[in-house]
Amino acid sequence: MASNPQLNSNGELTHLLSIEGLPRAVVENILSTADAFASVGDREVKKVPLLRGKSVFNLFFENSTRTRTTFEIAAKRLSADVINLNINASSTTKGESLLDTVDNLAAMQADMFVVRHASSGAPYLIAEHLNRTGAHHIHVVNAGDGRHAHPTQGLLDMYTIRHFKKDFSGLTVAIVGDILHSRVARSDIHALTTLGVPEVRVIGPRTLLPSFVESMGVRVFHDMAEGLRDVDVVIMLRLQNERMRGALLPSAQEFFKSYGLTPEKLSRARPDAIVMHPGPMNRGVEIDSAVADGGQAVILPQVTFGIAVRMAVMSIVAGN
Amino acid sequence: MSAHRTAITGGTLIDPGAGREGPGGVFIEGEKIVAVGAAPAGFMPDTVVDATGMIVAPGFVDLCARLREPGAEFKNALASEMHAAVAGGITSLVCSPDTDPVLDEPGLVEMLRYRAKNLRGPRVFPAGALTEGLKGERLTEMAELRGHGCVAFSQADAPLHDTQVMLRAMQYAATHGFVVILRPDDAWLSKDGMAHEGQVAARLGLTPIPAEAETIGLLRILELARVTRARVHVARLSTARSLDLMRAAKAEGLSVTCDIAVHHAHMTEMDIGYFDPHCRVVPPFRAQRDRDALRAALKDGTIDAVCSDHAPVDEDDKALPFGEAEPGVTAVELLLPLLLKWAGEDAVPRAQALRLITSGPAHALGMPYGRLWAGGPADVAVIAPERYWKVTPAALVSQGKNTPFAGYELAGRVVHTLVAGVVVHSE
Repeated sequence: MASNPQLNSNGELTHLLSIEGLPRAVVENILSTADAFASVGDREVKKVPLLRGKSVFNLFFENSTRTRTTFEIAAKRLSADVINLNINASSTTKGESLLDTVDNLAAMQADMFVVRHASSGAPYLIAEHLNRTGAHHIHVVNAGDGRHAHPTQGLLDMYTIRHFKKDFSGLTVAIVGDILHSRVARSDIHALTTLGVPEVRVIGPRTLLPSFVESMGVRVFHDMAEGLRDVDVVIMLRLQNERMRGALLPSAQEFFKSYGLTPEKLSRARPDAIVMHPGPMNRGVEIDSAVADGGQAVILPQVTFGIAVRMAVMSIVAGN
Repeated sequence: MSAHRTAITGGTLIDPGAGREGPGGVFIEGEKIVAVGAAPAGFMPDTVVDATGMIVAPGFVDLCARLREPGAEFKNALASEMHAAVAGGITSLVCSPDTDPVLDEPGLVEMLRYRAKNLRGPRVFPAGALTEGLKGERLTEMAELRGHGCVAFSQADAPLHDTQVMLRAMQYAATHGFVVILRPDDAWLSKDGMAHEGQVAARLGLTPIPAEAETIGLLRILELARVTRARVHVARLSTARSLDLMRAAKAEGLSVTCDIAVHHAHMTEMDIGYFDPHCRVVPPFRAQRDRDALRAALKDGTIDAVCSDHAPVDEDDKALPFGEAEPGVTAVELLLPLLLKWAGEDAVPRAQALRLITSGPAHALGMPYGRLWAGGPADVAVIAPERYWKVTPAALVSQGKNTPFAGYELAGRVVHTLVAGVVVHSE
């Protein structure tokens, strides 16, 4: 098997492709670096000069507003030049291959690609191509690939948990909903197990859990009331519209009844439990408004922390 | 002018179909073998092939390879892939009908055979399409296609949703005594699938292909084979459970045979690593216990044949995210060394291993090849079984450089290949 393409020969993070396989120290370093950036947003001049003169290309092969925007803000706060490319609308429709697009942008002296793609593994293909063609100075940050990984979301979730819970070593964390199609769930699971969380639970109907999910080190629950008992952190996942009818689920209403997070279901968790969601939320589908707007929700702080975490990731990979 | 005479001497004969193993030669006159073992009295060869230290075996019979013709004439693929096949010791090659256009008309089959005949390479035996355009709706003119040289009828990797059509195809083929080749697959369960439903697909977020897609497909085939009494060759098994079903079907006396692709004896889902598109294959590489079951079934004879399932794929069509990459492995040149690697690792005698690429596949399709006998076709492979070589994609004869075995050190080279008495490959 090939060596981990996101680490250089010194074991340093040169691309961020997945949390899986990252040493714990690398993850902790990202979180503590993010601490240092968290205050930048509170300054009058919200900028540090770490990436001055560098060009960051947001390569979005799949639509996204929120993730692209937070990456853009993070790069700009690091003083980078940001170029947004919505590739759906340009090259691939003209028949250009993914790697041809990458080569062209590399020839424009790109320093970093932030990649979102509908196919699992696409950022690996790009990173390995850059490594192979000797473009070691160009770094790849995965902003979500298919069902595989969304590592910066996983990291900002860890940052949020650490902020509110201080320590990972005694926590029980439940991830609820459509695990099957969720890159966020996969990244969260790897991040939580890497950081030593003793119990990670996944809760959902059998149709929305991948086979062999337990091989990732999680406990599987199908009954939400049971799965939420005494948990410290609840991570709700977005249920995509197209999953709501058909063979996976009969209806959004039935899903909400079994797996929607209501104040009543949340009462099974520890009283100081926090509720997270990667956004955008479907109120009344996976989460009740009373919870989403309630005192235990930390969904907006997640967004704020996301900028600091993405600044940390970009500054670290750019320095390796 | 008398026919050219060739003597292959000094080697060890291994002819699994005849149960022969030991020192001896093969003596050829024209296109035929005139003697196996000792030279006939007064035999004066025009050419002597020195096989000292080597194995002399029947040329290999490959039940599934893609020559990309019709479809890729502009790349001259037929010539390169036939050349690659004989470099791998293959002298009889059954080509899959999943060409562009599909091999479903006599004219296309005729043209392919005509073009193949004018190139130096293996004997090419087209498998005709079982259904028109491989759409799984209407039967092809099987009797007509047989008359133009199709050795069997196959649905290739195309779905056959309609069980009624499968039943009728088997009934019709059985009427004429034709062999039907089917890869077991419930196309609803494998729809959009990329990798084996296991821990790797779960981790990497790849759309899974469950083992049940194969076993449900196989149960359907076996039930219909029982009622139609058709001769069915089940292609490309990949799961442990399938082999249990095949064992039971054979014990029951159904007229069924089966094969696996040689790479499935070695690779598992784990080899996908970080989305290696060279491990994107149909059927997918399965779990380790499946691979171990395939190897056990090779050893106990449940599996009749090992094929290359050769699929040359352009690098451009592989340099894509895993799920978008074109499936397939370039394999004709690796058939022998990968078979010998398995035999060495599992302590299987060479003769038993070679049966899987000679008399085993020939018998499965009723082809008069894959053995050495006086009066038989002079198709011979001379093998250096201990010669190690490193798999270097760029050095492969095939236009397909798509192999997950790049960098492997493998033992076993084909030194000479003869088809119809003519040396078509030598190194």
